[in-house]
Amino acid sequence: MNARVDNCGYARQRAFCAALFLAALAQSACADEMPLPERRSGYDFMSRETRAMQDDDSANPGMLWVLDGEALWNTRAGAAERACADCHGDARAGMKGVAARYPAFDAARLRPINLEQRINFCRSERQRAAPFAFESKDLLALAAFVALQSRGLPIAVEIDERSRPFLQAGREAFGRRQGQLNLSCALCHDDNWDKRLAGNAITQAHPTGYPLYRLEWQGLGSLARRLRNCLAGTRTLGYAYGDAELVNLELFLMWRARGMQVDAPAVRP
Amino acid sequence: MARALINVPAAARRGDVIEIKALIAHEMETGFRRTQLGVLVPRDIITQFLCTYNGAEIFRAEFHPAIAANPFVAFSTIATESGAIVFKWTGDNGFSATESVAISVA
Amino acid sequence: MNPRTTRASRREFLLAAGGVSAGIALEGAAMLAAAAEPASTTALPGTRNAVVSMVQAIRRLVGTAAINKGKVKLELPPLVENGNAVALAVRVDSPMTQAEHVKAIHVFSEKNPQPYIATFHLGARAGRASVATRVRLADTQTVHAICEMSDGTFWSDSASVVVTLAACLEEL
Repeated sequence: MNARVDNCGYARQRAFCAALFLAALAQSACADEMPLPERRSGYDFMSRETRAMQDDDSANPGMLWVLDGEALWNTRAGAAERACADCHGDARAGMKGVAARYPAFDAARLRPINLEQRINFCRSERQRAAPFAFESKDLLALAAFVALQSRGLPIAVEIDERSRPFLQAGREAFGRRQGQLNLSCALCHDDNWDKRLAGNAITQAHPTGYPLYRLEWQGLGSLARRLRNCLAGTRTLGYAYGDAELVNLELFLMWRARGMQVDAPAVRP
Repeated sequence: MARALINVPAAARRGDVIEIKALIAHEMETGFRRTQLGVLVPRDIITQFLCTYNGAEIFRAEFHPAIAANPFVAFSTIATESGAIVFKWTGDNGFSATESVAISVA
Repeated sequence: MNPRTTRASRREFLLAAGGVSAGIALEGAAMLAAAAEPASTTALPGTRNAVVSMVQAIRRLVGTAAINKGKVKLELPPLVENGNAVALAVRVDSPMTQAEHVKAIHVFSEKNPQPYIATFHLGARAGRASVATRVRLADTQTVHAICEMSDGTFWSDSASVVVTLAACLEEL
């Protein structure tokens, strides 16, 4: 059994008996959180050549999606005949820091939503256009363009009383053994990140660079796609794109990586 | 048209050797992959990349399925005069894409 | 020797590989003798036929001319994280003048389903004989670069790469 998961659960049991602010302290002291200086980006685990591919904007294939996203940003769409730029202006200013704080709590839907969902809600409610399909080229392009505007900024996902239960759900999903192989995310990404799995480095699983160009995909993809990938690999029942459980897990992962620099659109093996 | 990303210095001195980088969006389907049902996915690749400088060929590449998706190539040329550097990609199924970049040579 | 349809035995492969790397430096019949089997134009990666197919492709390019070692530097990472996009660079020591320059650089694979990777046509206007791209490598193998000079001579270099598969594949 994963001792850290046990400590986490035990800590929570004690916290429930204590006052409400003690509960918050117990959560932040939970063992599956790494101190910021110990957190390492997936970038650090890559070879020199793959890092060079990410660092050079004229060689990074993710930039192709960014360019498409920039074009979409300025394109009128929907019954409202509005472009993103019409409301948000120049993305360099208007979107600065936005991707760094997603998933974010949405007051209208009373739960956190991720960046792709935010783009789609804007599209359907403000532009009055059909939302993009999850993982479609256009949605990824816009997400990549928006994420680029947070490059170099620290991840700053905010948690308050409204979003804390969802963070907790994501934390539990991260630490829970599941699937045919009975593995939890924490087993690899907290306990064994300094080792390798069949030739690949096991990273700490900090989603600093999404959406990113994955060499395995030969294309750009979202954090949700990567999580579904992992779930398939560990023979675990997967979630559909946009599922609440998946977004809770994204929220937890981004919160776990808070303070680390955004490096979207990243390149990963 | 497929999205392309070109990197050419905007200005150069006559006689300088400049580096040019060209990246284009294309899946480069090899023709060796099979779907989960075992059906062969037909080949669909860019087969040629041509770069001209004020009309004269300065670089040409023949690509085969072994070139990675979203083909990238970096090469160099001598900055001879101001004008247009034109990039043309052609491939299977009538694929064609062209990009043009201006360069100022003092 | 009878090539088995699936993986060649390690001994057969080493013989063939040894024959190829020696063959690159030799001219004429010696090269073809190292690969006596009839080759198909495409072959399963990792089989002796893939190596043979590459040798034939090189023979088609070079004819009976010698392939010299030197002048060319082929750069590939010794261990790649993913065979889908491997950074490849070729540099040739050449003055790149009208009188003496690199006409073309041909890159070959010995284990991919077909042997051609790319051909780069340069010329005196290049200024520098230096090309970089990203390639797909199907398996651990040796990649060969053969440079064609303006005086008709051929020069080559090779680099060995270890390629591993991703641990968790998206489709089961």
